[in-house]
Amino acid sequence: MSEKINGAEALVRSIIAEQTDTIFGYPGGAIMPVYDKLYDHTDELRHILVRHEQGATHAAQGYARVTGKAGVVVVTSGPAATNVITGLSDALMDSTPLVVITGQVASSLLGTDAFQETDVVGIVHPVTKWAVQVRRAQDIPLAVARAFYIARNGRPGPVVLDIAKDAQTGEMEWEEYRPCTYIRSYLPRPEVGTAEIAEAARLINHAERPMILSGHGVMIAEAEPELTALAEKAEIPVATTLLGISTIPTAHPLNMGMLGMHGNIGPNYNTNRADLIIAIGMRFDDRVTSSLEHYAPQAKIIHIDIDAAEFNKNVKAQLTIHGDAKDVLQALLPKINSARHQQWVETFADCYKVELEKVINPEVNPAEGMMKMGEVVDRVARAFGEKAVGVTDVGQNQMFGARYFRHSEPKSFLSSGGLGTMGFGLPGAIGAKIGAPERQVVLFVGDGGFQMTIQELGVIMEYGVAVKIVLLNNNFLGNVRQWQQLFFKGRFSATPMVNPDFVEICKAYGIKAENVADRSELAGAIDRMVSSEGAYLLNVNIDPEDMIFPMIPLGGAVDTMMVNADTLFSF
Amino acid sequence: MEETKLYTISAFSENNVGVLNQVTIIFTRRCINIESISASATAIPGVYKITVVAKSTLSAMEKVVKQIEKRIEIIKAFLHTDDEIIYQEVALYKVPTDKMLHESHLEGIIRHHNARILEITPDYTILEKTGHVDETEALFAELRRYGILQFVRSGRAAVTKHPVEFVTNYLEQQAKIHPEWKKFVDGL
Ligand SMILES: Cc1cc2nc3c(=O)[nH]c(=O)nc-3n(C[C@H](O)[C@H](O)[C@H](O)COP(=O)(O)OP(=O)(O)OC[C@H]3O[C@@H](n4cnc5c(N)ncnc54)[C@H](O)[C@@H]3O)c2cc1C
Ligand SMILES: Cc1ncc(C[n+]2csc(CCOP(=O)(O)OP(=O)(O)O)c2C)c(N)n1
Repeated sequence: MSEKINGAEALVRSIIAEQTDTIFGYPGGAIMPVYDKLYDHTDELRHILVRHEQGATHAAQGYARVTGKAGVVVVTSGPAATNVITGLSDALMDSTPLVVITGQVASSLLGTDAFQETDVVGIVHPVTKWAVQVRRAQDIPLAVARAFYIARNGRPGPVVLDIAKDAQTGEMEWEEYRPCTYIRSYLPRPEVGTAEIAEAARLINHAERPMILSGHGVMIAEAEPELTALAEKAEIPVATTLLGISTIPTAHPLNMGMLGMHGNIGPNYNTNRADLIIAIGMRFDDRVTSSLEHYAPQAKIIHIDIDAAEFNKNVKAQLTIHGDAKDVLQALLPKINSARHQQWVETFADCYKVELEKVINPEVNPAEGMMKMGEVVDRVARAFGEKAVGVTDVGQNQMFGARYFRHSEPKSFLSSGGLGTMGFGLPGAIGAKIGAPERQVVLFVGDGGFQMTIQELGVIMEYGVAVKIVLLNNNFLGNVRQWQQLFFKGRFSATPMVNPDFVEICKAYGIKAENVADRSELAGAIDRMVSSEGAYLLNVNIDPEDMIFPMIPLGGAVDTMMVNADTLFSF
Repeated sequence: MEETKLYTISAFSENNVGVLNQVTIIFTRRCINIESISASATAIPGVYKITVVAKSTLSAMEKVVKQIEKRIEIIKAFLHTDDEIIYQEVALYKVPTDKMLHESHLEGIIRHHNARILEITPDYTILEKTGHVDETEALFAELRRYGILQFVRSGRAAVTKHPVEFVTNYLEQQAKIHPEWKKFVDGL
């Protein structure tokens, strides 16, 4: 049975038909017909009014990454559409499914520099997986169906539907909603080749020093159980990328930690000693590999990825397996022989011993002086019983968050990796909490990044979103300060910051907050934050001279790591 | 240093607005200059072909082709060296008629270069030459002394020598597996 409705109503119905329960957005002229229809569907579709459209995209990213569903954003034309560019770019880099709907001027006005007209599709092509303009009401359901299909399938990513105002107001025949299941020019889930699986099994079964690099793709594929099974069956050490954190529990004996610039010593050092690297759903970012010339000289590399464009892009692989990580690992597991690599595994422990002494202990258990970021993150993570979702902003807070946060469940860590967007943290955490209301969500954020999207405290206030915020306040743009300290002769150009009273700001928003000025106050404050029903902020006074180590200097080999400002790692 | 040379990329796409933009920005981002570009219909209804010629290294071009193929509306994209394809470009030359006639070489030039006269007026003569760049440039060099008023050369029209028609086969096979495919393209 068909029925006549307008395009705006068709849009709202289509979004609901895609199992969406929450959207993040901000109204305006060119999207008003849609907002008018949203008003009729508030029971089925919750609209979260953000305070800036960038916040809508990051909140939708947070929501998407904890739920595995697409995050949905609705905004108006012109400045609202340009405000979502950062989030689109971030989501494309970090393989996050978003469906972003922008209003557009009426189709008769397109190209006339009409009020609040921007060439949205033209601007967003480089930062989206797909973008299309819709000019007729009757095209809306199909466009929505394609948008969700493309955003979610294959390598997830952001898509944009730019909907002209007359398409929103125009009438169309509504029939039963038909989700998209196929696009002939896009086959998102390749069949896994049996020859590749056999070859991978052969390489793994013959390896003496194998190592798994687990990336974000493992989380996207929900292949955590298969990852652990593979690691355990053949006793293969696992290292994760920043975005692969929580694909294997912190405490798992084969979790050797994080790769890359600020990763753990064992994984980086042993990258250049392994004879086989099994890279799963990770894209060999330059923060992971450092100098490509000196990367993994002894290793054969098996690269498993759903995006063929990632193969041999940065690192040449002996064997590439095009497919979904879960499909591939399921096919592979039965062919893997049980094996032990005890000696090899112990070399990671040897590295860890040095790291513990030179890096971790001074950071996490300092005897005196001001509080350190690592120390605070460690105490917070333990207080949440390794059960919380950890979110970070960008900078030192992010790296300390990555290194010292503890988790025992999948999808427990999120951060802006590829774009490194300061300001991601607060809205990202809000979206994560909305997506996973039953879980605790804790944000680690610096004083710089916090102020980039601080207005989203309004969302916490209005909707009672119970995120826990640990503001690691060093009154500096800490990460940049560190580089100035190490590589620019300590000339602190534009990195000291004069900050407002953050606790007072929270008070104005009705959010509980307290200052933690001294170590003696930390434990009690963390307990109050953990047990608080509502949102809670700790403004923690951090040593501005604290630096994140280990560190692979730019251009260095992956196994050349500084353990402090003047010492390189050695046994 | 890896050697740079001319490569031809052919990309088969659905006929949607903005596909060409999606292809060109992939070159822009990597600072690869496009030597020529052309877009046209193919023998397959609804399928369009974009042909780009650009100079770069093999490894860079291989990555570019993957990035092109990754775009949703691109059905398939291929990288060719010149020996794998048959290709032609069309060049048009506008020269002053009086000078051409004066020297009365016209007929010889045309025969020698296998060119055609498209139009002669008292003011100008328009010649057409189809061929490879070296050929169209040879004619250009010859006509230069008459003073060329206008010159233009098209992008490549290229077809592969390969005995297998990959795109046709792919689409036929897909249509068999997904007889309902058309439902998902109506209207957009
Ligand atoms: C200040 C700063 C410092 C940083 N330092 C580090 C560092 O020390 N170490 C570090 O690791 N990172 C670091 N990063 C992050 C880094 O820039 C990258 O974002 C990160 O390494 C990317 O991780 P990834 O490849 O796992 O994830 P993504 O970039 O999200 O890539 C995911 C990969 O998985 C594939 N994929 C998606 N879905 C599937 C599926 N279903 N099946 C199979 N494959 C799939 C995708 O195609 C893609 O190739 C830092 C970032 C910042 C801002
Ligand atoms: C939007 C944006 N602008 C600038 C940067 C560059 N940048 C990276 S880290 C950093 C400093 C962050 O300072 P702060 O938020 O206080 O966190 P800290 O490093 O002190 O933990 C800057 C400026 C960035 N990543 N993102």
